[in-house]
Amino acid sequence: MSDGAPIASPRPGEVIISVRGLKVGFGDHLVMDGLDLDLYRGEVLGFVGASGAGKSVLTRTILGLIHKQAGTIEVFGHNIDKLTPREHLEVGERWGVLFQEGALFSSLTVRQNIQAPMREHLHLSQSTLDGLAAQKLALVGLPPDTADKLPSELSGGMTKRVSLARALALDPEIVFLDEPTSGLDPISAGDFDDLIGTLQKTLGLTVFMVTHDLDSLFAICDRVAVLGHKKVIAAGPITELLVSDDPWLKSYFHGKRGVIRLSAGASGPP
Amino acid sequence: MTTTPSVTREAAQDSVVLALGGTWTVASGRDLEAAGASLIAPDNDAKRVILDLSALQRMDTAGAWFIDRARVELTAAGATATYRGARSEYATLLQDAGYHRPEAPTRVPPPHGIALLSAVGETVHDSGVDFIDIVDYLGEIVVMFLRLAPKPWRWRWTSMVHHLEMFGLRSVPIIMLINFLVGAIVTQQGIFQLARFGASTYAVDLVGVLGLRELGVLMTSIMIAGRTGSAITAEIGSMKMREEIDALKVMALDPLEVLIIPRLVALVIALPILTFLADMAQVGGGLIVSWLYAGVTPQSFLLRLQNAIGINTFMVGLIKAPFMAVVIGLIASTEGMEVRGSAESLGRCVTSSVVKSIFMVIVMDGLFAMFFAAVSY
Repeated sequence: MSDGAPIASPRPGEVIISVRGLKVGFGDHLVMDGLDLDLYRGEVLGFVGASGAGKSVLTRTILGLIHKQAGTIEVFGHNIDKLTPREHLEVGERWGVLFQEGALFSSLTVRQNIQAPMREHLHLSQSTLDGLAAQKLALVGLPPDTADKLPSELSGGMTKRVSLARALALDPEIVFLDEPTSGLDPISAGDFDDLIGTLQKTLGLTVFMVTHDLDSLFAICDRVAVLGHKKVIAAGPITELLVSDDPWLKSYFHGKRGVIRLSAGASGPP
Repeated sequence: MTTTPSVTREAAQDSVVLALGGTWTVASGRDLEAAGASLIAPDNDAKRVILDLSALQRMDTAGAWFIDRARVELTAAGATATYRGARSEYATLLQDAGYHRPEAPTRVPPPHGIALLSAVGETVHDSGVDFIDIVDYLGEIVVMFLRLAPKPWRWRWTSMVHHLEMFGLRSVPIIMLINFLVGAIVTQQGIFQLARFGASTYAVDLVGVLGLRELGVLMTSIMIAGRTGSAITAEIGSMKMREEIDALKVMALDPLEVLIIPRLVALVIALPILTFLADMAQVGGGLIVSWLYAGVTPQSFLLRLQNAIGINTFMVGLIKAPFMAVVIGLIASTEGMEVRGSAESLGRCVTSSVVKSIFMVIVMDGLFAMFFAAVSY
């Protein structure tokens, strides 16, 4: 990996992604205006907001897929507007993305999909690639015979898992997860949360997770950021947000679906 | 800082200690692969192998796979392999992201000759199935057409007009340009070749008969197969891909009635009109070239043309147009319905739609030529 950042000893509290004064819009319609956000190394940040508030837009802007009108985004200390081609390649090796719809390459098999980033960025032998692909597949809880399937033959949940396996192929430092547990049954969603939690603890992975899954927010998120009114209106541990006075937050966490989790969380282990 | 992964070997009486150092991460690439291979090198044949991880600086899932592979493979070779000094999070990782011995492939690929024969057989079988599908489809469309014919209120007039604009009006410039050029080229060559017999004015007869009977309708149909046929396949195919066709079906709407009949009707109306325009463009091209190359004035060109062709010359070309339209529309919509989930299959179906319709257009033209010759029209 790069020589610049000290990977060997992850310092907690180090800002790994910093967004300042971000302004993004389509035509006359501003989606984000003066948005600030920090992502610290080694944390799991849950990102919530009403449907259509621009959560995916923010993720895509940080990834450099949407053009911003103003503001700066720094990833690993590099301004993403001023990356040299070499730095750009390096950043690409250091983050992994799970897109909402999976975004698997439809002409490649599952195995080839998982190997694609390794094949492009590293010089490994085919047998190692096959072994690592099988390992990633087992890691996300899929049977070995999935490897030879095509993306069009997978169910929604399997697509998500394969996409996560591909995002983890280069053992990145940050993974972006866009609604990873939506469309999964509660058991699979729980397994998914456990996997993210394990990887975060063992690898020091930093996770940026757009989600509506209250279980995920309670189970694995260290901090939760809330998007509203074109800004991040609140960011902090979920316990802080629970006592917030903001009307949207109140109805989000204390609405019909939130109350069940709260009462369950209060009686069960934290 | 990134350091290369390393292995230090220390042999005791009956055991070997393999001390791992450096960073065992996937970014080390080839170095990691080499270090991983050295762990299972054949000289580690001791009964007890201890993998000492205490000096390991960093490990990721790829590193864990290589280290765990050594443990599993050494155990399989009859030794006892254990870890020593692993940090707790690395112990978790070694367990969760461990190595699984690959199972032997259950299916053995057939020998080359058999595979080739089976591929040929499959292709022949598929062509047969394709043909039956198209005939089947034609039958369905005819039935649907007859059912809809007495109920004009169920026709999709808006959709039909829309497609008429797309397939007809918007194709006019390109169709006229192409046919103007073809008419010009045929006349020019006619003038040059016939001049050897002193009959260069017969080039007018040539462009009149050839253009109106064959080339006008043929060029137009080929262009429409490429331009409109591909569009129909792509539209229906992507609707199929995103389950829009299924959505129509569960609303008790027939995709045939909603999507295909309007396109087919629009095409059947558009193609004869375009063929007429194509004929005019060919004659126009011929007129200008005869004037420039052979000095035939427009007045004498038209006079000659009047003598050379009859109404039947013009009708032969025009009669073919609706049949060509049905063939193109039929192939394009069948191929669209063949699309499966992936973007790749959409591309394949669009290609095969264009290739098949151009092929069928030319075959049809040949059949018509034989037919008109037989009835001497």
